[in-house]
Amino acid sequence: MCIQTVGLVQAAIEREGIRTVSITLLREVTEIIRPPRALFANFRMGFPLGMPDHPKLQHKVIAAALELLDRNDVPVLAEFRG
Amino acid sequence: MATYSDLALYVRLFMKGYPFSRYTIDPVPCAPLKKPLSHSRFALVTTAGFRLPEQEDFDHSIKKGDPSFREIPNTVDVATLIESHRSSSFDHSGVEADQNIAFPLDRFRELEQQGIIGALNHRHFSFMGSIVGPGALIEETAPRVARMLRDDGVDVAFLTPV
Repeated sequence: MCIQTVGLVQAAIEREGIRTVSITLLREVTEIIRPPRALFANFRMGFPLGMPDHPKLQHKVIAAALELLDRNDVPVLAEFRG
Repeated sequence: MATYSDLALYVRLFMKGYPFSRYTIDPVPCAPLKKPLSHSRFALVTTAGFRLPEQEDFDHSIKKGDPSFREIPNTVDVATLIESHRSSSFDHSGVEADQNIAFPLDRFRELEQQGIIGALNHRHFSFMGSIVGPGALIEETAPRVARMLRDDGVDVAFLTPV
């Protein structure tokens, strides 16, 4: 349910005029919920930024998500390719 | 005791029957990007159920899920955050080893130091994501957090599930 919750909070924030981007681990759920911008990272549940104590990988995921902030063609659902 | 794969199967079956389409966002909002990221104020929002040790735990007795949130100060030592997500549908070992995996404040501090982002807001927010009945979240708590971030002058919010 975390993925749905993220999307619903994200939409509320974007409606207040704040640009948003999120990470998702379940593409199917995000396709239905449709938050403005989401990066699908194909990691297992519980590991949204990849691996603990792995700053390099965490930064790669964050950087890929931040790239989506340029996009106005919402909803955007991109995939992290590592 | 159920194995992780058994739990994953249970979750998959539950999700198959869950009416996600009831909560489809329509229309999809699109806020303007007012400044380059290097001049933008960022806030983090997580649904990992993190809280400070002195903050009240999320209420795990609410059947629909606790829609409340906890305010996390930007000065927090990330390693002290307590993860109180109630779901047994995922392996908690990752967030227990490194909270940054679902609340990457240390990574964003590094981005701030490098000048890739402008600044971090003085506070961030944590929800407990396991909410099967999100009415109060949609109507009350998520909009409240959104208004707080707006009043803080936040330009960009980065959200992570767990």
